[in-house]
Amino acid sequence: MTRIFGHFIARKDDQGEYLKIGFSPTSIPIQQRWRNNGLSADFLADYLSTFFPGDTHAAAERQAQLKSTISYVANELLENAMKFSYAPSQHAIGLAMYLEPDAVSLYVTNSVDPQAVASFQQAITRLLTADIDVLYLEQLTHNAESDSAEGSGLGYLTMLHDYGVALAWRFAPSLQDPDVITVTTMARLSV
Amino acid sequence: MDIIHDDYQVHYDAATATVVCQGSFRLRGTEEYAPILQVLTAAADAQPATLTLDLRTLQFLNSSGINTLAKFVLHARQYQATQVVMKGSHLFPWQEKSLKNFQRLLPGLHLEIE
Repeated sequence: MTRIFGHFIARKDDQGEYLKIGFSPTSIPIQQRWRNNGLSADFLADYLSTFFPGDTHAAAERQAQLKSTISYVANELLENAMKFSYAPSQHAIGLAMYLEPDAVSLYVTNSVDPQAVASFQQAITRLLTADIDVLYLEQLTHNAESDSAEGSGLGYLTMLHDYGVALAWRFAPSLQDPDVITVTTMARLSV
Repeated sequence: MDIIHDDYQVHYDAATATVVCQGSFRLRGTEEYAPILQVLTAAADAQPATLTLDLRTLQFLNSSGINTLAKFVLHARQYQATQVVMKGSHLFPWQEKSLKNFQRLLPGLHLEIE
């Protein structure tokens, strides 16, 4: 069953300017694959800057801001995908970036542990309905007191709070294997 | 007390009570950040009058890294006689976006972005 959270915008590949990267399941330990997150995120950010030339001081400033945002957001999305992918599914992680005249959108798709879907969706609902400013401060303080092995919970919050990115999610069965549940996270930045 | 890695470095100078962080912090979770947090909390535990965290050459910090710095700030908050100074740079846009959040954890934190 497909479930959407937030204003999720579905994409067709044959429209506009886009870039896609896929990461196949592999036996290489996560420790070594982790480095690829940063490399891929920085690549997307560099690639994007071609479309936003920095030929004046103001334009250069805008380009630097955009590069920094894409690099941060793509890295966080990939880190999440790698951390929370459901290993037994052997499902690939997909990353896509779409350029429009007024926005840049990133989409990351990964498999999810069926047992973790409900709590993930609860966390998403909280992100979409709570006061982000309050939630952010609460999370920073909460993390200092109790460490979660699953992660700091700050990735999405920083995207929303510090970078003004709009987030949305789509849960759906995998096209390759309907028994596998996938989540696509959309991060959209107005430019 | 220094941490030297291909992608990042942490240098603690006890004489000046300054911790300098350089490179890109993209570590994976609390466990990997533990050695860095250890340097930071040790610097705070020395209870200097002024403790400086120099991040001007820290190009990148992931959300686990933000979490780590928040822990350090909350740890330092117990030492009311210590003035915490955080130095940042406009060269790396993430710094002006994210560093000011730490002032909300420690209102006396002095943030200098140059």
